[in-house]
Amino acid sequence: MHDDVLAGVRDSLPFQLGVVPFGMVTGIAAIEVGLSPAQAVGASALVTAGASQLAAYELLGETAPLAVVIGTALVINLRMVMYSASIAPYFASYDRRIRAVLAHLLVDPVYATSVAEFERRESRDRMRYYLGLGVPIWIGWILGTVLGVAFGTALPAGLELSFAIPLIFLALLAPAVTDRASTAAAAVAGLVALAGGGLPFNFGLLGGGLAGIGAGLLVAHREGA
Amino acid sequence: MTTGYGPVTVWATVGVIAAGTYAIRLSFIYLFGRLDEVPPGVERVLRYVPPAILAALAVPAVVTVGPSVPATVTDPRVPAGVVGFAVAWRTESVLATLVAGMGTLWVLRFAVL
Repeated sequence: MHDDVLAGVRDSLPFQLGVVPFGMVTGIAAIEVGLSPAQAVGASALVTAGASQLAAYELLGETAPLAVVIGTALVINLRMVMYSASIAPYFASYDRRIRAVLAHLLVDPVYATSVAEFERRESRDRMRYYLGLGVPIWIGWILGTVLGVAFGTALPAGLELSFAIPLIFLALLAPAVTDRASTAAAAVAGLVALAGGGLPFNFGLLGGGLAGIGAGLLVAHREGA
Repeated sequence: MTTGYGPVTVWATVGVIAAGTYAIRLSFIYLFGRLDEVPPGVERVLRYVPPAILAALAVPAVVTVGPSVPATVTDPRVPAGVVGFAVAWRTESVLATLVAGMGTLWVLRFAVL
């Protein structure tokens, strides 16, 4: 295998500690609300966005209006517009069909890890690295869902393996905080998201993200950057 | 609770969410292919997307606001998150962060409490 593919695969491995248990939780949630195993696994393969899937399953379980189910899931995934915009310049030179494939693999850890790697190493073959990272994470997500569907009740909930997910975000956050403006962006975003944690439709995350970006721009502007 | 919708409706709902989510992901990746370069204003905004979104994802998953400040910060997830972030700061390694964070969480959960 190509070196850049291997580098991506290697960087995907630590994420599996978070992705596979998260997939299991999602598979269990799907079965609990009455989805079939095929629907549970199919949704993970096609939607590939855990938080929105969990919200959709909860609402399906309440037999909420379908517009609410779909609307909630899509609002949760709106943050990916920002990921898409942020990573797009790195993919601009690729063929349309390749970009269409790359887009489906754009999940939180793949986005954050690739942008960091593209910044650090300009010599990387971006498509190979991104596929090496994204495909195993997508497969791990599907595999986790299968495990949850098959062995859900045996999950050792006491170990809190899902805590691996915020730890991964913290690990990616540290190198992204490089100056006063990015520190302000992270601090404001975290506080606003925490304060808005109880809001419906995941508005805390969206509001926190937007407030943080605003704070970063404001500090950069005041410093004359 | 079990859903009152039939299998066809559930599949259709999954399909619409999948298509919408894919459109969100593809949006700018598709658009920038048609632009020669990213407008500088957009680029300035994008610089702050990773720190803001990562913090907005992580903080609410680590901190649960309790009835008082001591109750909030002594939840084992908070010191585990702080240790994890400190290790991330020093090492910039995802694996080292996971080991330190999960280790701290388990020690506090099973050994101390």
